[in-house]
Amino acid sequence: MGLGRYLLRRLALSALVVLGVTFLVFVAAQVVPSDPAALYAGPRPTAAQIEKARAELHLDAPLPERFASFAVAMASGDFGVSYKSRRPIAQDLRAYLPATLELAAVSTLLALIIGIPAGAMSAARRGSWFDRAGGFGAIAAVAMPTFFLAMLLQAIFAQSLGLLPLSGRLSREIAISAPLETVTGFTLIDAVLAGRFDVLRDAAAHLILPALTLAAYPAGIAMRLTRSAMIEILGRRHILAVRALGLSPARILFGHALPNAICPALTILGLSFAYALTGAVLVEIIFAWPGLGRYVSEAVLSKDFPVIAAATFVVTLCYVAMNLVLDLVQALLDPRVALQ
Amino acid sequence: MTLFSRLGPKGTIALAVVAAFLLLAVLAPWLAPFPEQGAGAPNIAEKFLPPMPPHLLGTDHLGRDMLSRVIYGGRVSLSSGLLIVLVSLAVGLPIGMIAGYAGGWWDEALMRLTDVFLAFPALLLAVLMAAALGPGLLNAVLAVAVTWWPWYARMARAEVLTLRSQPYVEAARLMGVSNSRILLRHVLPAALRPLSVQAAMDVGPALLTASALSFLGLGALPPTADWGQIVDAGRKFFPERWWYSVAPGMAIFVLALAFAALGDALRDGEQKDA
Repeated sequence: MGLGRYLLRRLALSALVVLGVTFLVFVAAQVVPSDPAALYAGPRPTAAQIEKARAELHLDAPLPERFASFAVAMASGDFGVSYKSRRPIAQDLRAYLPATLELAAVSTLLALIIGIPAGAMSAARRGSWFDRAGGFGAIAAVAMPTFFLAMLLQAIFAQSLGLLPLSGRLSREIAISAPLETVTGFTLIDAVLAGRFDVLRDAAAHLILPALTLAAYPAGIAMRLTRSAMIEILGRRHILAVRALGLSPARILFGHALPNAICPALTILGLSFAYALTGAVLVEIIFAWPGLGRYVSEAVLSKDFPVIAAATFVVTLCYVAMNLVLDLVQALLDPRVALQ
Repeated sequence: MTLFSRLGPKGTIALAVVAAFLLLAVLAPWLAPFPEQGAGAPNIAEKFLPPMPPHLLGTDHLGRDMLSRVIYGGRVSLSSGLLIVLVSLAVGLPIGMIAGYAGGWWDEALMRLTDVFLAFPALLLAVLMAAALGPGLLNAVLAVAVTWWPWYARMARAEVLTLRSQPYVEAARLMGVSNSRILLRHVLPAALRPLSVQAAMDVGPALLTASALSFLGLGALPPTADWGQIVDAGRKFFPERWWYSVAPGMAIFVLALAFAALGDALRDGEQKDA
């Protein structure tokens, strides 16, 4: 299979996945719940109100027709209104999505920065105390419940030591007295664009704890994957050759061995980002982070199905798009991928 | 080689921890110091006692003994972890076996179906399903199993693909043994071994996912104790009354850690065999 055919096949698969995802979201939001109309009609609805809601939501139409109109609405970005707040969901998503993406991007970066070098060092010094401690750290990071880690980090670094802010995305003083103009929705980028380095510092300080919480699990996985990939690579002949040439261990490790582990690193990147996107559901409520995760978890409590459906749909789209890009990059870097 | 020498010291400790949790869960009514409180009976007079005898892990906002609550919570959390893996196996195994054995069109259709499920961010799909089904232990198990079964389907398919061309399977086919009999009597037993190692390793992650749903209010409902749910309940009083959240949180962590270490030891043991 050539690169072109691989690309086509991969695109077709993504389209199929998006369709499947739309169907699953439809089933979960509109078919499984016992009576969406009663929820839509508000608290303690009368029979007439429920009837009216039923008509507004087209709940009497046959299922295939309902799915078709649902899919068209999702595709055109019309996510309806929230049962609870009555606000258009698309508007909320625009406000919350950048916050979650920013958190996910920073935590992915942290996971890679921590996990990959630590894994490489462990591989270079197999059996040393660093390797042992790292091995335990990696397995502990994987076994730690995200929400519990979030609470512990918050208690230690914000509440006890007072080193970092407790929650939120920006300090109240900044948000009220000198609000930042929203351009991209990514606070870090907007702060740089506006030349506001006080805001940049404040935003970064708010990001550290939630991002670190979300980075723990993927960093643990990254470390384990990098370690096993590097152990294999360090045994290859070209490493023996550069070692014979007398290159420094650091140059051998980071200059010659690590670049060969680029494909596992891409896998880790995808995994971290995906983990951060979904782990946000747990972490954002604890750190009061105004993102999609908190939006979803609040919607879960109030059974606000259109919100859950729309947010799940959008996050899954991000996830599918990222996987597609990563697979294509991987196929470009390593032609063997496309040939399988 | 005995089981213990195969698992090594770390694996043996992990196995002991898992066994201890299992024992506590099964014998909770006899081993918990305050069984009624563990099951949910309030005891307001003793609320928020810090850890000290007779309440070794303190008491919660209703005065219930935390140790008993955690022991009772283990029944729910452990069984949800085990059930998730079993339900997923029950769905994924037949689908993967059929895909691998039938091949062709069946294979393509079933594997694209697993692609769709695998493309979903798992926790989010579970949240969506659990929200749709409503809170409750069984619903949480089903919600996570929806995201879990495709992995087993894939593994089962891969196993069947290699087994299908084994001489003993081909011999059975030549002798006119029916397909269903070949699958059940000749292929399934051989495919089950690697899958069961994987399943044992997956109980930890399954338990973590279930506890996340429980934390979000989608697990077992109070007064039934469920670890994630207790951590969330204690969040209002954290960190001043730290023992409320820390006791169930540490229980999840230690058990997941033990399962992960056990999984590593099992895998290393398999490699030694090979």
